[in-house]
Amino acid sequence: MKIALFATCIVDAMYPRVAQATVQILERLGHEVVFPAGQACCGQMHLNSGYFREALPVVENHVRAFESGFNSGEYDVAVAPSGSCVASVKHQHAMVARWAVERGDKRADATLEARADAVGERTYELSQLLTDVLGVTDAAAQLGSYLPGAITYHPSCHGMRLLRLGDRPLSLLRTVEALNVVALPEADQCCGFGGTFSIKNADVSSAMLADKVENICGTGAGACAGGDVSCLMHIGGGLSREGRTTESGAPVRTVHLAEVLASTRENPLSFDGALALAGGAR
Amino acid sequence: MTAVSLGMPALPPRGFGNISATEPFPKAAHRELGNGQLRANLGHATHTIRDKRLRVVSELPDWEALRDAGSAIKTEAMSRLPELLTQFEEQFTARGGTVHWARDAAEANRIVEGLIRETGSSEVVKVKSMATQEIGLNEYLEERGISAIETDLAELIVQLGHDKPSHILVPAIHKNRTEIRDIFLKEMPGVDRSLTDEPRRLAMAARAHLRRKFLSAKVAISGANFGIAETGTLGVVESEGNGRMCLTLPETLITVMGIEKVLPRAQDLEVFMQLLPRSSTGERMNPYTSLWTGATPGDGPQNVHVVLLDNGRTRALADRHGRGALHCIRCSACMNVCPVYERTGGHAYGSTYPGPIGAILSPLLTGVEAEENSSLPYASSLCGACFDACPVKINIPEILVYLRGEDVEAKHGRGPASSGADGKSNGRRRALPTQMDVALGAASWALSSGDRLGLLEKGLPVARALAGRDGKISRLPGLAAGWTQSRDVPAPPSESFRSWWKKRAAPGEGDGAARGGAE
Repeated sequence: MKIALFATCIVDAMYPRVAQATVQILERLGHEVVFPAGQACCGQMHLNSGYFREALPVVENHVRAFESGFNSGEYDVAVAPSGSCVASVKHQHAMVARWAVERGDKRADATLEARADAVGERTYELSQLLTDVLGVTDAAAQLGSYLPGAITYHPSCHGMRLLRLGDRPLSLLRTVEALNVVALPEADQCCGFGGTFSIKNADVSSAMLADKVENICGTGAGACAGGDVSCLMHIGGGLSREGRTTESGAPVRTVHLAEVLASTRENPLSFDGALALAGGAR
Repeated sequence: MTAVSLGMPALPPRGFGNISATEPFPKAAHRELGNGQLRANLGHATHTIRDKRLRVVSELPDWEALRDAGSAIKTEAMSRLPELLTQFEEQFTARGGTVHWARDAAEANRIVEGLIRETGSSEVVKVKSMATQEIGLNEYLEERGISAIETDLAELIVQLGHDKPSHILVPAIHKNRTEIRDIFLKEMPGVDRSLTDEPRRLAMAARAHLRRKFLSAKVAISGANFGIAETGTLGVVESEGNGRMCLTLPETLITVMGIEKVLPRAQDLEVFMQLLPRSSTGERMNPYTSLWTGATPGDGPQNVHVVLLDNGRTRALADRHGRGALHCIRCSACMNVCPVYERTGGHAYGSTYPGPIGAILSPLLTGVEAEENSSLPYASSLCGACFDACPVKINIPEILVYLRGEDVEAKHGRGPASSGADGKSNGRRRALPTQMDVALGAASWALSSGDRLGLLEKGLPVARALAGRDGKISRLPGLAAGWTQSRDVPAPPSESFRSWWKKRAAPGEGDGAARGGAE
């Protein structure tokens, strides 16, 4: 299968290793990965902050960047290592297109809504693509996934509630060789990121973060995995600020699902040269 | 009200009363977050109700179908509102009741005062009601020498404590039992001085106090959970029996009901009487459900009135993206699951309606362009827990985002589309560009082209150099200072994915993929 990678702006600029890991996983399964060069961002930050006018060109760019490859057969599906960006592509892009038409915005394009829907329908979040389309049921056997240590998992809200990812990410994690997946108490509670909410309502956001950090550290796991680097940057930023460590003194990390799945016996995910996470059951 | 005609009907009047925030949400939240006792009470209470709700909801195999039915009935009622209200008026009047129409809070208060004056009473008992909180009826009557006594236990605590409710369903959620005992000792006439903070003793004290009031009051005031158009029936759902006392003992019964509470048919109650108790108190069945249809000779109140309250509801209904907020049945499930409400409590929202529903309903009632409520739609991380919990499936996150859009438009002097084509007459001064405007404007330019983003990413090594030796950034200026108040930022990578990919794809660059997650 030919798969277009939507890296997302934050992964592209801040966490390239997550996109690299996504490419590795897909190529290991024998698929061809394409990176549409015109892509930039889903526009969610603008949209969720109410800046619809400013979101419009971002959304238009995304649709333009991906639709030609779908139409020409250059690729069959698109994938992004982010639940919230995919939710935005699937649910919000058509909304902005409609909004522009309703407002009589001079940049409005009557065809954009349908085109956005067409792109959205063929765009998948990583765990969704792996499970529903590519038939991955055993990460160790099919991807060679291997990571010694203990990990917990935070299901980000948009993946959980807008995409209904359910237990797909956890099921994948549970089949990684040598990995001990520890349940996160109050897992379904928002970490407090919320895009510009984290700045506009920094106090409330920080209070939510504090509880998430406590729950993560209480598991004793060496890292918290997730499917959205934005939430992970927020959680990781809190863990780092507080200098939280495991019993063995290693910093508690955040790590993307793709990085865990891409980790192998030959080329394991490493932190500062240390190969294993703390609290391992190895 | 008559602006220059643009061929567009003028917007219905905005609502007034206790539906406006008095300070920006972040400021109010900051203060409330500092109250440790409040945080502890709220955390405990919301988690208890949350768990109870989940238990009783999961018992019903057709819960999702019930939610769909509730949503469909509300959508029908809102789309037939004028017709249903007229039908309700005919039926209520035919059965011996009197219907009054109130455009806003002031009109409703005046009508209620007039009706009380006619009876010659200066004391009324009250059933817990959101509509009368919304219009500030108690304060209005108090100023005019009429004392309105709340008979719901928690409302009584709030009233005696000269406080404001902080939750729709459990208004005294922010008080613990020691605080309640102190309020009773200080404010309850004739209270037993040896009162302890044992819940049973507190309840007995309130009961003794309220019994005297029930037996002497000539007038009762209630809200209504439902008004049935088909029969002219009103309904109140409560847990303590105080409502039943108020609705049956006094001679005169005055009900203030928001016009959105009308339901087409008596049969519709079947759906809502399953949805409401499970969503609000986590009970399978509601303890006291009172339904009355006009006046029944020789039985109960003989002088029966209903005040149908608009107060911004027609305006909200005219907003096709926001009108779903009017489907709310005031169960409070959304605030019980909300991580923001859990930490700030209800007072931070300023309005009678707190939590996620308040963050959309208050601005919709006052008009989305009203400056005082403009921070409310941002009081959410958009986690979506409220939408999942809502028994009538109000898409609160979607309406929050829509209202943010309206706020940004209003702030920039663009005005909501519904106010007409000139885009000016929204009553708000055009604000100077904020840091957020500038940042998001620039980001829009950068993020609407792969080439432009790629070019900017060439600066990553410079940004990387800003990080400390420990690979993190702990202090950022301006807007981003809000981020670094509690969070570090990792050092940016030396190369973007885009750039790595380009090199990997170019011939002669070697096998980049084999390098794995290297940077």
